[in-house]
Amino acid sequence: MKSFDVAIIGAGPAGMASAIEATRNGLSVIVLDEQPAPGGQIYRAIETVSDQRAAILGTDYLAGRDLAAAFRNCGATYVSGATVWNIDNGLKINYSRAGLGSDQISATSLVIATGAIERPTPMPGWTLPGVTTAGALQILLKAHGAVNDDVVLVGSGPLLYLVATQMLTARYAPRAIVETTPAGRLIKAARHLPRALTAFSYLRKGLAMKRKLHKSGIPFYANARAVAIEGTTTAQAVIFQSGGKSHRIETTAVALHQGVIPNQQITRLLRCEHDWNANQHCFVPRLDAFFQTTVENIYVAGDGAGIGGAVSAALRGRLVALRIAEKQGKDTIARQNDVLKKLKADQAIRPFLETLYAPSPENLLPADDVMVCRCEEITAGQIRHAVDLGAPGPNQVKSYLRCGMGPCQGRMCGPTVTQIIADHRKKEVGEIDYYRIRPPLKPLALAELAAIESEPTRHTPL
Amino acid sequence: MFKRVQTDISNPVSIEFEGQKIDVEQGETVAAALMLAGKRKFQESAVSHAGRGPFCLMGVCFECLVEINGTPNRQACMILAEDGMKIRIQKAAIEETDR
Ligand SMILES: Cc1cc2nc3c(=O)[nH]c(=O)nc-3n(C[C@H](O)[C@H](O)[C@H](O)COP(=O)(O)OP(=O)(O)OC[C@H]3O[C@@H](n4cnc5c(N)ncnc54)[C@H](O)[C@@H]3O)c2cc1C
Ligand code: FES
Repeated sequence: MKSFDVAIIGAGPAGMASAIEATRNGLSVIVLDEQPAPGGQIYRAIETVSDQRAAILGTDYLAGRDLAAAFRNCGATYVSGATVWNIDNGLKINYSRAGLGSDQISATSLVIATGAIERPTPMPGWTLPGVTTAGALQILLKAHGAVNDDVVLVGSGPLLYLVATQMLTARYAPRAIVETTPAGRLIKAARHLPRALTAFSYLRKGLAMKRKLHKSGIPFYANARAVAIEGTTTAQAVIFQSGGKSHRIETTAVALHQGVIPNQQITRLLRCEHDWNANQHCFVPRLDAFFQTTVENIYVAGDGAGIGGAVSAALRGRLVALRIAEKQGKDTIARQNDVLKKLKADQAIRPFLETLYAPSPENLLPADDVMVCRCEEITAGQIRHAVDLGAPGPNQVKSYLRCGMGPCQGRMCGPTVTQIIADHRKKEVGEIDYYRIRPPLKPLALAELAAIESEPTRHTPL
Repeated sequence: MFKRVQTDISNPVSIEFEGQKIDVEQGETVAAALMLAGKRKFQESAVSHAGRGPFCLMGVCFECLVEINGTPNRQACMILAEDGMKIRIQKAAIEETDR
């Protein structure tokens, strides 16, 4: 088995920046990522995107080009199409390569840079074909130049408006934007404005985006509640209340978004401690000032450490690499301080955004008849009933109902299940905690499992 | 309906979905290719057998599971379309084995 000073999971801005900084400090580095190319979520397909598509995606996206090029040249071993499915306490890492078999490597330090996922958005009809996340539409645009001419966007958050702007630029404006942000949020968020003003360029970009969307004539529906998707076999309409009226928009495609949350599969697998972040409405791994988890030599960089955006993701990646190098005897303190200062400045916008775009209450605590676990088709009402019968936490609800036992392994229901239980038992969410995550992180073919011990390690050096 | 911003397919790859031949652009994932061909139902849910289709397109939700060349439970959003691939609607999702 090959071994490295540092193993980095994820080749988004955090993972790429971390690899560049670590190799610069003489460490041997391997980067594993399940996508076919580097970039992560924000810079997906950055190396191959056409000029036409690049113009649609905008300058923030194109900023990833230089980072990806520097990453390619940094000397790290990069394995694409590599899905990490287990890591043990000794930092032995198993990954499968696009169904081709499984390999194992080991490392002294681990950097988890697996980013964020979109927050699950349970509501009536959200399992109908034709309903996707807003991020899914953006992935189709970035990686495939695919756009849909019949989309109603529903939800809240910066990414929703970014996707709308990109669709507009591609000349396929969404049919309507149904905003679930409750009234009065702006007033609540206003107290964070002074700090946000120190990150003025973010504010300016956000305002410009909204102005452009409003000017385009796309219908906006504010403060939407009681949102549901209708359809028998596929999505046919979105219904909701807004401005004191009931609305129904016929459409074949609905895209949902309620912000992003850290992807916690690997930190949970490794039994790192997590805390509930009430501002971001999600679990965040407990980290020290240098982004080390409660387990020695395991670090989290990027949005997995709490949502901070792409610029902070790269800064966190660099900081972690500098810290690891310091532990191996390099003098990196001055550079760490420099990065810490930049990080603090870049985070100034966050409290404002978190308050303004906090997720919709009806998504966080869905009504009894709403399906929460898509794989096993378990409703919010069934979960509440299981709690009434004595299930105190997610793992008991799981064994009562099979909730979270399907192929997605709880990724789509876990956050909601925890919040429903906490609310129903009138407990703190952090106290209720989360599903216990076990390997494999993704379902494996039997052949892959069988191959683990016997197969020699294969690598594709850059 | 999904459309390509660039209208022409420049490097065609031919796949089959439920016996129907579909030309797609090289480098497209199976999910993107099928969505561009107007397909929305990829699998039947394990419990009620309701139709399901891709939701996240980033490997998280497992709603895009299809059968590819006879192998079930393939994540269409993570697999690139290859010439001659035979894809079928997945009838029952995998069950967990070890917990
Ligand atoms: C769908 C989506 C779209 C987004 N689009 C934008 C945008 O356009 N602009 C913006 O400012 N922000 C966007 N964001 C927010 C975004 O998360 C961050 O700004 C930024 O991408 C975070 O960088 P990161 O390096 O932390 O993680 P990511 O960029 O998310 O990179 C994580 C990488 O880890 C890989 N990975 C995850 N699990 C495994 C595993 N088990 N094995 C191997 N590899 C794994 C993933 O494939 C991914 O490439 C988006 C988020 C999502 C979820
Ligand atoms: S669409 Fe979600 S995993 Fe493929």
